[in-house]
Amino acid sequence: MTSEPVQQRPNPTGDAHYDHPHSRRGFFTDTSICIGCKACEVACKEWNRNPADGDYEILGSSYDNTGALGADTWRHVAFIEQDRERIEEARESGRKLVDLGMPQVGPPQERGVADGAASSSATHTPDTPEFRWLMSSDVCKHCTNAGCLDVCPTGALFRTEYGTVVVQEDICNGCGTCVAGCPFGVIERREDGLVSTPAGREMPDTVKKPQNGVAQKCTLCYDRMKDDETPACAKTCPTTSIKYGEREDMLAAAHERVAQLHEQGMTEARLYGANPDDGVGGTGSIFLLLDEPEVYGLPPDPRVPTADLAHTFKRAGVAMAGMALATATAFMVGGRR
Amino acid sequence: MANADCIVIQGSNMAECHPVGFQWVAEAKARGARVIHVDPRFTRTSASADRHVPIRAGSDVVLLGALINHVLQNDLWFKEYVTSYTNAPFLISDDFKDTEDLDGLFSGYDPETGHYDRSSWAYKTDDDAGAEPEHGASASGRAEGESHGSGGPPVAKRPMRDDTLQDPRTVFQILKRHYSRYTPEMVQETCGVSVEDFEYLARSITENSGRDRTTCFAYAVGWTQHTLGAQFIRTASILQLLLGNMGRPGGGIMALRGHASIQGSTDIPTLFNILPGYLPMPTVDMETFQDYLDSIASKQQKGFWANADAYSVSLLKAWWGEASQPENNWAYDYIPRLTGPHGTYQTLEAMMRDEVEGYFILGQNPAVGSANGRMQRMGMSHLKWLVVRDLNMIESATWWKDGPEIASGEMRTEDIETEVFFFPAATHVEKSGTFTQTQRLLQWRHQAVTPPGDCQSELKFFHDLGQRIRAKLADSEDPRDRPLLDLTWDYPLHDDGDPSSEAVLAEINGRFLTGEDAGKPLSTFNQMKPDGSTSGGCWIYTGVYADGINHAADRMPGQEQDQIASKWGWAWPANRRILYNRASADPEGKPWSERKKLIWWDQDAGRWTGPDVPDFPVDRAPGTVPDPDAGGPAALAGDDPFIMQSDGKGWLFAPKGMVDGPLPAHYEAQESPVVNPLYPQQPSPTRELFPRGDNLTAPRYGQAGNEVYPYMFTTYRLTEQHTAGGMSRWLPYLAELQPEMFCEISAELAEERGLEPYGWATLVSPRAVIEAKVLVTDRVVSLDVAGRRIHQIGLPYHWGVGSDAVVTGDSANDLMGITLDPNVHIQESKVGMCDIRPGRRPRGEAATRLVSEYQQRAGLTVETGNERVTDPDLELRKEDPS
Repeated sequence: MTSEPVQQRPNPTGDAHYDHPHSRRGFFTDTSICIGCKACEVACKEWNRNPADGDYEILGSSYDNTGALGADTWRHVAFIEQDRERIEEARESGRKLVDLGMPQVGPPQERGVADGAASSSATHTPDTPEFRWLMSSDVCKHCTNAGCLDVCPTGALFRTEYGTVVVQEDICNGCGTCVAGCPFGVIERREDGLVSTPAGREMPDTVKKPQNGVAQKCTLCYDRMKDDETPACAKTCPTTSIKYGEREDMLAAAHERVAQLHEQGMTEARLYGANPDDGVGGTGSIFLLLDEPEVYGLPPDPRVPTADLAHTFKRAGVAMAGMALATATAFMVGGRR
Repeated sequence: MANADCIVIQGSNMAECHPVGFQWVAEAKARGARVIHVDPRFTRTSASADRHVPIRAGSDVVLLGALINHVLQNDLWFKEYVTSYTNAPFLISDDFKDTEDLDGLFSGYDPETGHYDRSSWAYKTDDDAGAEPEHGASASGRAEGESHGSGGPPVAKRPMRDDTLQDPRTVFQILKRHYSRYTPEMVQETCGVSVEDFEYLARSITENSGRDRTTCFAYAVGWTQHTLGAQFIRTASILQLLLGNMGRPGGGIMALRGHASIQGSTDIPTLFNILPGYLPMPTVDMETFQDYLDSIASKQQKGFWANADAYSVSLLKAWWGEASQPENNWAYDYIPRLTGPHGTYQTLEAMMRDEVEGYFILGQNPAVGSANGRMQRMGMSHLKWLVVRDLNMIESATWWKDGPEIASGEMRTEDIETEVFFFPAATHVEKSGTFTQTQRLLQWRHQAVTPPGDCQSELKFFHDLGQRIRAKLADSEDPRDRPLLDLTWDYPLHDDGDPSSEAVLAEINGRFLTGEDAGKPLSTFNQMKPDGSTSGGCWIYTGVYADGINHAADRMPGQEQDQIASKWGWAWPANRRILYNRASADPEGKPWSERKKLIWWDQDAGRWTGPDVPDFPVDRAPGTVPDPDAGGPAALAGDDPFIMQSDGKGWLFAPKGMVDGPLPAHYEAQESPVVNPLYPQQPSPTRELFPRGDNLTAPRYGQAGNEVYPYMFTTYRLTEQHTAGGMSRWLPYLAELQPEMFCEISAELAEERGLEPYGWATLVSPRAVIEAKVLVTDRVVSLDVAGRRIHQIGLPYHWGVGSDAVVTGDSANDLMGITLDPNVHIQESKVGMCDIRPGRRPRGEAATRLVSEYQQRAGLTVETGNERVTDPDLELRKEDPS
């Protein structure tokens, strides 16, 4: 198994100055084994008591009637129907990524089983080349450099001891700055907050109060995590497409899996959020995709809006210093008059 | 399934309908297994498979038959397994004639009654001592195919055999001839499956079968809901026996059951024809208890059905306790006896004839979920009273005020005299009990919360109902009330008044009634006696409460035990995880291979051993030749792994048990777009017909009017919704995921009919008209079959017309007609013919008018499509006795 050495990155919890350092937690969502059951969507809403947010009409997007992540939907399964041409393009674009230094791939095998030998897992290319149906469960990325967190003026968004990013809804004032600050379009303000209950069955006291206008997004089940429980979506996933654990383990598992798929000739497989040098410093939620990120509605090159802040401040600093110097000089020169 | 090297999922959309069970397919795939999905549509299962093979709905026997032919012609069958463990060497009666000889019919067919006389299908014997096989008509009446558990009706004790398999009367040679016309070309012609796909499938299953490897099949109602549904599964059984994949790890045929405990509801049945543990329901001609026992099994026959007397007496003791005594035949006369089939559709017809006064609906929503929805609702309007027990106010409880027939004016609320009672039911987290899942595993559910308001568990409802009826009858002298008054109805109650479900499980498990162990739970059904000294409510469940411990609640995590995981839940029978596992070892008792070993003979210990519980008399040595006069388990030879069969062998040819043929043959569906390419006989000649004005059938292909309903449709479920919607359409979180009724069609059909993506379409069948949103998708392909271009329309059936659910919509089942499989009386709801056109359906009376216009244009009468025999030559042969 060829696998890149996993680069050690600074744990963002360090920046938050916790007394008791925890390891960073995260998801690894392996879309190659997702069956599109949407159990993650339901388990998430159920656990977090999020409102139903559909308008009860077909959306017009294959089996996806959810649409996108938002204030009420913290897991979203995308469905993408593709023909042969697109599959080949995906495989080719993935191959190029591999050539750029992704794990090495052996020569692709002929389609099907060679020489009538019994099938063996490691050496055959996928057999369904005419058509495919991609399914992928999206979620908040819990970025290393989180735009929402950086721009929040009230401190409602904070970095937890597990390196995740969570909204404190009792502090949030609904200003919405974070909405523009997220390069993935994940965080949104909730319009109306009450979960609709099934007829005739009262909900327990744990149902939250309305949170109109408050920013909401995935907490990576911070409440469960504190009790050493797996987040609801990962817990319910029947095929282990959603994995949860220490981020370093998730990253290693992701690299291992992508290498395995490459060995099987599935060069279209690639990781998303695993690169520490991307515009958000890598994400806490890592994904294995089977096509380019845009296909799944993910930005190909996400960039935290505050990434240039240091640079900007430096420039501004230089400018300010220059101005101050000029002013001082002006006064000094003027004073002598 | 995780142990399989190849998995063929056919007649099932496993990833969508059994997503939790699908984890084992995912696991097998992770271990390197190849997964193939054969289905009319590309579904979420296909998306996870190595290859999707599109097929025309209802043509599976041809594909499977061609695989059998491929295996036989190319000598790819597992020789040692087949000769030792199947009935391949047995000889069949000289009177037997195959479909090859009779143009698509087997010998014994009576065109008047539509039933077979099955005497010519019997084994050939040298002593003529074989039991006279029962006529198909009465066997069908009690749905014989479903009783006898795994199937094991009595057969002749000493059939003649030819171990060289060369005699033309051997099962093997008959099989070879029967399937010779099932060729890859015929598959292409009939199923629309390309030769390349066929070869891929054939190569995959044969390369992954044998000593070292196993292939597994998984099916669901895509195989069962046909007029020859039982034969679909038989075809797969023959194939799996030939490949040696039964009774072995990673082998078998997985019947994926539709609900959490639907397996449990056949084990302890909600069916008219069986009693707990697959004991048959007595029929009216079985005057005495002995008659009844004789109908199940003879004491002389092989295997465990020979002890049916012990199981039956223990059941009667569990039900009637002290009132069950040898003098009254253990209260045998307390059990009602069948006069004919009393399945759900026969009962519906009886409702229409005003023969049914009251009806209980529990965990079912027939107004939406049963075929011919209009007939279902009209039938209910003939009742005097109707009880609906459900979580929500389902359409079966509200059809009288907001159903489609109210809208169309066919029913008026004020005219309906049915009194409808609605009882709110507790959900699975609001009560305790067991689920028996698809692999016979009983898992205990603990009560998490108490039911809100008036919601009740079934157990409390029926316990209270029983108490109240008994109180009313307390003073009765009428002998017909004795069965009710004598019932053991004495369950301990919890503080909240709910009867103890553990006490019920203990009663089902059974106990010793006499002797020093009196009162103690039985640990195995072998302890059951026919002398009244034991009781037990379902013999195959005996052991679940062994030693007074609720083993259904065993919960040792998988990481802490071996792969068999015998300490998680409890599987019937005897906590055995793989049935017929004697077949996992060769005739000498050695595992077929190290890789696939499960159970083997330990020579030193003199017993069968292995990680699973051996499914064989544990000390019966491999070479044992039993005393020819022995009966029951003692008569099993050392190489008789199929211990419930009366000859100990796996049946390639079924001399009994099936009423529509000893070998599966392909017939077209009741409504089909093509002429049967295999035989002059078009549909199954024994299918059960309901020729009625409210259940019309489209004309066959080639008959006038056929073009009025030009497109095939098939129905199915989605992950997001549950069956007729009672458990999902009322839940906002689920309802929003699949909010509207839709149809799935190919781009080709959309163009042909001018249907806009995500616009509306109207669908008209000979029974009804419905509307649906249109999903145009490459996941549905049009096929070339029998020289025609065939378009298949996919319809999920979760929605219904009402006003209480979060989401409502037209019901696909309204389009369906009622025609049944004669073995088990299941409806053909996977194939139908309809028309599709753009736009919404008409409202009010105009809807009924549109259906009538179509019927008139097609010239439909109650006879249309209901001919039993379609071969004109057959009539000629009858007239010419020579």
